[in-house]
Amino acid sequence: MPVSQGSAKIVYGALRAAGVRLVAALPESWLTPVIALAGADPDVTLVEVAKEEEAVGVAMGAHLAGARAAVLMQNHGLLASVNGIVSGAMLYRIPLLLVVSDRGHLGETDPWQTEGGKATRPLLDALGIVWDELEDTEEVEDRVADAVVLAESSLAPVALLLTRRLMCPESQVSPRGDGP
Amino acid sequence: MRRLECLAAVHADLAGAAVVTNMGAVAAELHSLGHRETFFYLQHAMGLASSVGLGVALAQPDRKVVILDGDGSVLMNLGTLATLARHGPPNLSHVVFDNGVFLSSGGTPTPTADGVDLTAVARGTGIDSARTVATPDGFAAAVREDMAAGRFTFLLAKVEAVGPASFHMDLHLLENRFAFARALSAQPAR
Repeated sequence: MPVSQGSAKIVYGALRAAGVRLVAALPESWLTPVIALAGADPDVTLVEVAKEEEAVGVAMGAHLAGARAAVLMQNHGLLASVNGIVSGAMLYRIPLLLVVSDRGHLGETDPWQTEGGKATRPLLDALGIVWDELEDTEEVEDRVADAVVLAESSLAPVALLLTRRLMCPESQVSPRGDGP
Repeated sequence: MRRLECLAAVHADLAGAAVVTNMGAVAAELHSLGHRETFFYLQHAMGLASSVGLGVALAQPDRKVVILDGDGSVLMNLGTLATLARHGPPNLSHVVFDNGVFLSSGGTPTPTADGVDLTAVARGTGIDSARTVATPDGFAAAVREDMAAGRFTFLLAKVEAVGPASFHMDLHLLENRFAFARALSAQPAR
């Protein structure tokens, strides 16, 4: 498993630096080390959901009650969460920080990830959700902070795609399976 | 037993609590009994009222939070019962009105009409105190007990498939959303 623990720490550190106090998540192999950091952090509430759309609801509630939240899910979880995002967060003008692992994009070796990979960016565009990529470790903290600022000023979801280049830098050199 | 009777029996008890409802009859009936700014009616995103309530309760551990849900909504997000069992904090009560139909869309039966027992499901997730009530007095007593229990609770009320004459509420959902957040901001979030 070529997931970079260092990148996971940088991503989690950026969430904390941006003031995230609640993390709602469903595991995925790139996200597992990030979620583990949330679970070990006594100052953060981690909610491990059974399906990703629940995480959208949990983050909505946290925002209404004054706590900054992040939703961690795979891009296929984003696909599974569309109604919650549209008819929950967008309808009610609730900011969401969506941290989405970008499976099925360049360098993907698992065939089952590829259809969702093709749909991810067009879906975000169709929903009018501003998104950006997290690619270089040096830019992660600022970009996460900027995403939170935009989500809260626009009262809308903002998505950050965790790219393969960030999370699995080794696989750029030597492609191999990442697991589900 | 009618849902409206149940809600009337606990309306005073809900003062000060944050209440998150699902859409349709629960929202309209609670609103008709007297809106409070600590009531949030999730008018869409069916199934997520319980998830929203969980987020509210985790963010404000010092405030009682009550989810008023329906059988159709719970069935649409059945995994929520497992999530609530695992993460539901002591200040959170989940109350489900089970009328056995999708009332607001015309009354098509839900699986609970054929015997699916959501209380049994909740017990199966580890909520030993999960129970079903069928009288307004029993409902009010159970809600009071649950709100004072000091642990996450699940309660199911078997109610008639009867709703309000209209689901219209003289409260725009954004007005409700902003006033709710403002009302909750009186207490610090964790």
